[in-house]
Amino acid sequence: MKTNLVLFAFFALTFFSVSASAQLKPGNVENGKRLFAFNGCYQCHGTVGQGGAAGARLAQTKLTQPGFIAFVRNPPPSNMPPYRAKIMPDQDLADVYAYIQTFPAPLNPATIPLLNP
Amino acid sequence: MAKSKNNPVDRRGFLRGAAAAAGAAGLISTPPVAMAQQAALKPETTGSAPEVTSNQRPGSDFMVDVIKSLGFEYCAANPGSSFRGVQESIITYGGNKSPEWLTCCHEESSAAMAHGYAKIEGKPMLIMAHGTVGLQHASMAIYNAWCDRVPVYVVLGNILDVNYRRGNAEWVHSVQDAAAMARDFLKWDDTPVTLQHFAESAVRAYKIAMTPPYEPVAIVADGALQEEPIAEKNLRIPKLTLSAPPQGESAAVKQAAQMLVAAENPVIVAGRVARTPHGIALLVELAETLQAPVKDQRLRMNFPTRHPLASNVRLNDADVILSLETQDLWSSMNAQTGLNKFGMETHKTTNAKLIDISSVELNYKSNYQDFGHYLEPALSITGDCEATLPMLIEEVKKLLTADRKRALAERGAKIVEANRKARERDRELATLGWDASPISTARLSAELWNQIRNEDWSLVSTDNFQSAWPSRLWDFTKYHQYIGGQGGAGIGYGAPAAVGAALANRKYGRLTVNIQCDGDLNYAPGVLWTAAHHRIPMLSVMHNNRAYHQERMYLQMMGNKFDRGLGNSDVGTALNDPFIDYASIAKGYGLYAEGPITDPKELGPALTRAIARVKAGQPALLDTVTQPR
Repeated sequence: MKTNLVLFAFFALTFFSVSASAQLKPGNVENGKRLFAFNGCYQCHGTVGQGGAAGARLAQTKLTQPGFIAFVRNPPPSNMPPYRAKIMPDQDLADVYAYIQTFPAPLNPATIPLLNP
Repeated sequence: MAKSKNNPVDRRGFLRGAAAAAGAAGLISTPPVAMAQQAALKPETTGSAPEVTSNQRPGSDFMVDVIKSLGFEYCAANPGSSFRGVQESIITYGGNKSPEWLTCCHEESSAAMAHGYAKIEGKPMLIMAHGTVGLQHASMAIYNAWCDRVPVYVVLGNILDVNYRRGNAEWVHSVQDAAAMARDFLKWDDTPVTLQHFAESAVRAYKIAMTPPYEPVAIVADGALQEEPIAEKNLRIPKLTLSAPPQGESAAVKQAAQMLVAAENPVIVAGRVARTPHGIALLVELAETLQAPVKDQRLRMNFPTRHPLASNVRLNDADVILSLETQDLWSSMNAQTGLNKFGMETHKTTNAKLIDISSVELNYKSNYQDFGHYLEPALSITGDCEATLPMLIEEVKKLLTADRKRALAERGAKIVEANRKARERDRELATLGWDASPISTARLSAELWNQIRNEDWSLVSTDNFQSAWPSRLWDFTKYHQYIGGQGGAGIGYGAPAAVGAALANRKYGRLTVNIQCDGDLNYAPGVLWTAAHHRIPMLSVMHNNRAYHQERMYLQMMGNKFDRGLGNSDVGTALNDPFIDYASIAKGYGLYAEGPITDPKELGPALTRAIARVKAGQPALLDTVTQPR
C-alpha cells in the first residue's frame, strides 16, 4: 500500500512537471555539459553517465524530459539531493537532460574481448 | 671509561646473569638463534671477557625469547627510544629473524601493515611503538583492526620509574598507563612489572587476540625492565595453547536449522564468516544444501563471486534472514530519511525473521559505537560462525526430506537464473564509458583482470570505492584473493594494509594487487619506501579521482539540503591544484612507477610492464586517473 502511494506521488509530480515544463525551450547540449560538470552531477553518475555505487546510470535513461525534471526536483529516498529551482532552474535541467541524451549506449560486451568470461 | 676486564664484580655479575639465562634456557624453548647468542657470551668460548662495561644479558633479551616463542615473523615499527632495548635485542640477540624488524615511517603504517598481514596469514604481526606519541599515531589503525576483528599484537615502550628517565624526551614519552588511550579498542592489555610477568602476560595476550572474535591487544615493555640486567631467577615462558573457538549452543543451532529449512525465501548474509579457507567451503555447503542466495558484504573472502547462488538480492522479500557476523545489517532491513531531507524517521523494510550468529557480542564495549543498531533477532546465537557452521549444516541435512529437497532445488534454479542475468547485465554496464577519460573503474578492473587471471593473485584492497567492479567481473574463489576493507572506515588504511598483506603473500609467491585510492595514500606514503626497502613485491594501481570524493559528494548534498548552491563542493575536498604526481612520489620512494595514465588504451601495456617488475620482486605503482566511482 505504501509503495502504491509513493508511486502515485511520483507520477503525480511527473504529470505536474509535464504541465509546468511545457513551455521549456529545447535543451542546449553545450550548456548542459557545462552544468553537468559545474553542478557535480558527474560526481555520483560518472562523466559519461555510466553510474556506479554512488549514483544511478543516466546513459540511455528511460525518463522523459518532464519526468527527469520531476525526478531531480523530488528524488525518492536515497542520497540523491533535491535540486530546487533556485539551484537549478527548469531550463538548466532541460539543458542537462539534452546533454545526457548524448551519452552513448552500452556496447555489446561480446565485442570487447576483456569482458568475455 | 671501560671497567677492567678482570673486574671481579663484573665477572660475578656476568655469572649471575648467565645462570639466569641458563635457567631460562632450561625451561623455555630457546630459539636456535638465541642459543647461539647465549653461547657467544660465555667466556669459555670467547677466551676473554668482552670489552664492555657489563656482559650481563639485558631484560630485553628475555623479552625477545618470549616474542620468539610466540612465532612472530615480523616486527613493524618506527624506531623509538622507549623500546630501544627490545629493538637491539631483536636485531642482534635475536638475529633479526622471527621476528624480522620492518622499518616503518609512521606508527599508523606499522599497525595497518599488521592489519593487512593478519588477514592473509591468519595470525598477528608484532608492532612496537612509544606508549605515548607512538600509540597516538598508531591508534586510528588499531581502531580499524578492532572494528575489522583482526588480531594485532602491540608492544608499547614506556619508562614508568621516574629515576630511569633521562632528559625531557623521556619525560614527555612516559605515561602512567600507556594503553589507556586505546583501551576502548583493545581486547586486552597489561603493564608487566617483572620479566616473568611480561612472559605470562605476553603469552596470555596472544591467546586472547587469537580467540574469536579476534582483536588487537597490547603489552607494555617497561624501559628499565628492557635495559637492566636480568636479575630474576628461574624465568620461564608459559606454553601457549590457543582456545578452541566458541561454537553456537546445539539446541539453538537445531532451531536455526528448522527455521531455515521451513523458510520459503531465506537469505544468507555473510559478513566476517570465513576466518580460514575452510570457512568458504562451509558457507558454500550451507548455501547449496539450502539452495539459498548468499548476499556477501565482502568484509572477507566468504563466498565465490561467480557461484550461482552469490547474489545481491534485496532483503525485502525474505522470510528468514541468516546473519553471519554481519556489519550494519540493520541498514539493509530498515529505511531512514534520506540525507537530502531534514529530520529522521525510520521504518522496517522487511518482516523477515532474523537468525543472528556472531561472536562479536562476547567482546562488546561501550564507548565506541561499532556494534551498530540492535537487530531484534528472532534467534540469537553467540558463537564463531566458522566453528558453528558444521553443526548447522548437519542439522539442516537431517531435516531435508526428498520433497523438501525438490522444492529447494526449484527455488535454487530461479536464483541461479536471476543471478546469471545479473552477471550478464554487469558485463553490459561495464561497457559504459569503456573508452572514457578519466578511465572508468570498470575498464580499470577489466584491464587488471585480463593481466592477472592466470596468476595466483591476491587483491588486498577493498573494491567499495570502484563500484565493486572487481567483485562483479573477477572470479574470486580463494581465501587470499580478497581481504575486505578498513573495518572502522578510517582512511589511510589502504596503502599500509596492502603492504602488510603483500608481505604475507610474498613467501607463497602470489601476485599481490592493490587498487590504491589517492586520498588514502596521502596519509602516510612513506609505507611505499618500506615496501621498496624490504623488497615486498606488490602492484598498486591508483584509483586517482583527485579528491576525497565521498566527502565531495557529501558537501554537494549539504549545499542542496541547505539550499545554498552547488559550486563549493570542491573546497576542502578536491586534490587538484596542483595535481599530485603519484608516479614521481613512488619513484622517490624507490618503486617502479608510471603515470599519470589518462588514456584507457595505455593502461594494458603499462600493466604488463609493471607486473613484470613485480614478478621480479619489486613494488610497482601505476598512477591511473579515474572516474570518481
